[in-house]
Amino acid sequence: MRYETPASAKEAAGLLKKEKGAAFLLAGGTDLLVKLKMGIVEPDLVVDIKRIPKISEIQSSTKGFTIGAAVSGAELGEHAGLKKAWPGVVEAANLIGSDQIQGRATLPGNLCNASPAADSVPALIAAGAKAVVVGPLKKRTVAVEKIVIGPGKTSLAKGELIEAITLPKAEPRSGDAYLRFTPRTEMDIAVVGIAISLKLERGVIKKARVVLGAVAPTAIVVAAAAKAIVGSKLDDKTLDKLAAACSAACNPIDDKRGTIEYRVRVAGVLAKRAAKIAFQRAGGSL
Amino acid sequence: MAHDNSYVDKKFNIVGTRFNRPDGIDKVTGKARYGADASAPGQLVGKVLRSPHAHAQILKINTSKAEKLQGVKSVITFEDLPDLTGADQGMADILENCMARGRALYDGHAVAAVAAIDEQTAAKALKLIEVKYKKLPHVTDVDEAMLPTAPVIHDRIFTRGVEPKPTKPSNISSRTEMGNGDVDAGFAAADVIIEHSFKTEQTHQGYIEPHACLASVNPDGTAELWVTTQGHFVFRNVCAGLLGLDIAKLKVTSSEIGGGFGGKTHVWVEPVALALSRKANRPVKMVMSRDEVFRATGPTSSTSIDVKLGAKKNGEITAAVAELRYQGGAFPGNWAMLACMTAFACYDIKNNKSIGWDVLVNRPKVAAYRAPSAPMAAFAVESAMDMLAKELRMKAIDLRLKNVAREGTLAPYGPTYGPIGIEDTLKAVKAHPHMRAKLKPNQGRGVACGFWFNIGGQTSTDLNIGVDGTVNLAVGTVDVGGSRSSLAMIAAEELGIDYENVKANIADTTSLGHNDMTEGSRGTFSSGMATIYAAREAIEVLKQRAAKTWGIPLEDVSWEEGHAVATGKGHGNLPKLSLREIAAKSGRTGGPIAGHNEVTADGAGMGFASHICDVEVDPETGRSTIVRYTVVQDAGKAINPDYVEGQFQGGATQGIGWALNEEYIYGDDGRLQNPGFLDYRIPVCSDLPFIDTQILEIPNPNHPYGVRGVGETSIVPPLAAVGNAIANATGVRMGHAPMSPPRVLAALDALDNAG
Amino acid sequence: MSKSTLVSTTVNGDAVEFACPTDESLMTALRDRVGLTGVKEGCGTGDCGACSISLDGRLVCSCIVLGVEAEGRTIETVEGLSQNGVLHPLQQSFIDHAALQCGICTPGFLIAAKALLDRNPNPNESEIRYALAGNLCRCTGYDKIVRAVQATAKDMRKKGRS
Repeated sequence: MRYETPASAKEAAGLLKKEKGAAFLLAGGTDLLVKLKMGIVEPDLVVDIKRIPKISEIQSSTKGFTIGAAVSGAELGEHAGLKKAWPGVVEAANLIGSDQIQGRATLPGNLCNASPAADSVPALIAAGAKAVVVGPLKKRTVAVEKIVIGPGKTSLAKGELIEAITLPKAEPRSGDAYLRFTPRTEMDIAVVGIAISLKLERGVIKKARVVLGAVAPTAIVVAAAAKAIVGSKLDDKTLDKLAAACSAACNPIDDKRGTIEYRVRVAGVLAKRAAKIAFQRAGGSL
Repeated sequence: MAHDNSYVDKKFNIVGTRFNRPDGIDKVTGKARYGADASAPGQLVGKVLRSPHAHAQILKINTSKAEKLQGVKSVITFEDLPDLTGADQGMADILENCMARGRALYDGHAVAAVAAIDEQTAAKALKLIEVKYKKLPHVTDVDEAMLPTAPVIHDRIFTRGVEPKPTKPSNISSRTEMGNGDVDAGFAAADVIIEHSFKTEQTHQGYIEPHACLASVNPDGTAELWVTTQGHFVFRNVCAGLLGLDIAKLKVTSSEIGGGFGGKTHVWVEPVALALSRKANRPVKMVMSRDEVFRATGPTSSTSIDVKLGAKKNGEITAAVAELRYQGGAFPGNWAMLACMTAFACYDIKNNKSIGWDVLVNRPKVAAYRAPSAPMAAFAVESAMDMLAKELRMKAIDLRLKNVAREGTLAPYGPTYGPIGIEDTLKAVKAHPHMRAKLKPNQGRGVACGFWFNIGGQTSTDLNIGVDGTVNLAVGTVDVGGSRSSLAMIAAEELGIDYENVKANIADTTSLGHNDMTEGSRGTFSSGMATIYAAREAIEVLKQRAAKTWGIPLEDVSWEEGHAVATGKGHGNLPKLSLREIAAKSGRTGGPIAGHNEVTADGAGMGFASHICDVEVDPETGRSTIVRYTVVQDAGKAINPDYVEGQFQGGATQGIGWALNEEYIYGDDGRLQNPGFLDYRIPVCSDLPFIDTQILEIPNPNHPYGVRGVGETSIVPPLAAVGNAIANATGVRMGHAPMSPPRVLAALDALDNAG
Repeated sequence: MSKSTLVSTTVNGDAVEFACPTDESLMTALRDRVGLTGVKEGCGTGDCGACSISLDGRLVCSCIVLGVEAEGRTIETVEGLSQNGVLHPLQQSFIDHAALQCGICTPGFLIAAKALLDRNPNPNESEIRYALAGNLCRCTGYDKIVRAVQATAKDMRKKGRS
């Protein structure tokens, strides 16, 4: 197995493109190295992006945030500005694994591993995050929901990698939240995950985005759920509609972590709870 | 020298206080060496090829390509482990479990093994071994395995304990029945009868340290084995037997053990490592991966249990019956029989009957897990007790007190109880402030009892006094929970010297006589007893040396608080001689001073406990959170209360994990789907509150200090304590453990739909 | 057999060099190449925390870090906690509070607890439990471990030590 530490994203892209064998990116390694240990992957080349300058930086500007691809969950959780603007994104990222995992896990890693149950993905989508994709010749920016196309599959072409995740500036009177269901309090893969981002106007929900995780092959944006809560202050009837829309949108599998029935049910339960948290964070009163 | 093991009530100076453990510094600095921490020059890495099928004929194994790979030094199959077991079917089963002999009996069953110069080469070599399997029908569920249509795993199994003897083989290795009185009459006399069925899924001991060993066999038949084990003497005997080595020539050294709980009482990779080493003529190190530990070591039984209780209106239980079906994996076991012995052990029920069915399935060979078989039986019986109490409109704890076993009660499995602590623990629970704490919405409180026999067993101990008066205590029971501290305390107490002057070590197999495993909560009990006797022998020698030094008769010398004292007429002017002073002169008074003891420690005292559990159930997701937990258990005599508390808390936590989330998940293909800590969910730190403990001391009359084993009982009550708490929180009676969120939610739904 | 990579790193304050295959974990490299067997393998997949180390000041599972990633970095293991034979307050506290039984998880817990107290000298019970959720213990039920960390935090705050 060859191990390279390129000095730029472009160089990394070139290495990936050139490789005839199995090539993998290494940032935090919390998925790759597990797969390596279990014999699921046998890389010929591993490209470690962590030595690229600025790849571990979080930059904030009036336009929003640019999060370098190697920023760890722990670093996200320590960034006061990011936590204030996008508490749902940060709490989602911080739910991935233990403090040890948090010392390494990255947003692009969580995204590109493309597990249906990835915690940060629904929250990133709900927040309108984008991925800065670098190839050997050009750069492009694409909405995060366009990256994952199936379990373990991304839309990235050979030789492309994500250099950064961007988040827009948080609008006034907006709030986001991420909740997930796990049997234990920590260390489990989400059985259901839900992210809700919303904006209020005069105390009423003006815009909303509802994204479910772990209940379909990829994270799903549930337009009907968002529609159900726009124009409301989350009264009980609206919450019921929200829950029903979320349950209806589920397309989960039965596996050792949860049954179809259980996931469909709990999706609705968590939707109500997440909506209330996002609403209160946006300044709404229940 | 004959020794009396009767309990003597006395005041202690050291025993009963809290001392830091002697192995503590090595463990907090990383110096302590566990199974995987040894190395030998020229060592090879051993790896095992395992069956991916639950049940399959092994038609052919072609190892030639693996053998030719550069860096591979030996490859073995069952042909390199000839069957030397003779008529000993138990040993033959162990041999076959360590390496398949023509048939793979469970997913993960070892089929071949290699030893190579490094990890990568060994992994490559495994891939080059070609195995031709013919899949056979499999069965993994205990109830399904009992059906006449189930695929039969061994056609030599004809159910024992059934009349007339079956003419066809089956997966039921034995039927056990025990009890007292007349249950039919008892049920006829009952005003209220409760019947319920229960199921518990398979769990694993979950020790954090995987099995590991370093084996080195020499051409002259001598060999060494460094291994993480609960019993290096037993491992020595088993490995010597399986490999045809002489016992005295196989030196087994036990490393520090990173958890066992019964799961390191058997051999799996050790005979394989020895066979690889013998063939390669080099040391072989084998460390199991985590998924191998789950797939291919010794989890506990999954079970299916029916309980029926009958009682009069006043709460007197007139009859109790349990039918317990336990699977032992792919080989016969006695797990259901053990369950029969424990099911009603906490109570005085004149008419009781337990029927046990030991069943085979295509799963790994079951090993003991902390009070083996008792937690599942207690889940069923203690849940049924609460159901009965509800029907009788009695407090659950009062129903238990009304029927509690006492000294003089005839136990369901035969003996009459001596002084026991179950009533004391129930009374202590009733009086405990936990019982009066306010419950919040969605919370419920449950109580449950538990019992474990504890055992004695063969023990050999050496106590040697250095010329500076410091003492080496060599014991043969592996220290799993801090017993070195307790044993040093006992030695210091007996000799009358400071705790700091005694160093307890676990000796290797060439240095002591046979010691049974550290299991059955026997470590402190048995080695403690042997330590007391060894110390008393050493004291006799110390007294003799003092007598010789003073020139007075031995009868005029007594031992008091670490000193030889001249008693009797005319000796008043002789100053006391300390142990140190006597030891300093030992070279001139007769040589090294020591005490030694072999004992088959008998009279282990039974351990009883009662637990209180508060649970909060999220009614929308079925998820349960333990909000408060209390363990009250009779320890007989707590040598070091810190370590006794630790046993209570650790056992309770394993029981809580078993109650809430831990289970083996097998697919329809008979393969284990969750062989890792990600999806085999043991409790994590944030899942639990502090676990309160109360140690009761009802002395065991058969131990000089009154010690009872404490390590196991605390895993017995939690399944029912949690189940009863959930019932009180939600109104649903959970009959299927683990009581995971989906199961609880489904039960809540069913209750909603019904009512 | 492919050639190993030479790695230069700092371990517990000392300059260390080792050679390892590129696909070898840092845990294995520390144990087998550097000889620091205080780093324990419980699962090899980041689920149990027994292999916890500090890498450039961050708490990580060394089993899911490559050995070659250690180049130029700073590593702290349990062997580096005590200084000149004096135990770190956490180590002493674990012994005093009987916060270990078999001890296999103890090195990992010490590293994780130190990481917690380094960033939060006054954690409440819940913060302690969640910070240690990545370290599995099967012997103690965590009770005495949490108490040991609480006691150490209190002592260290009193003495003004960091």
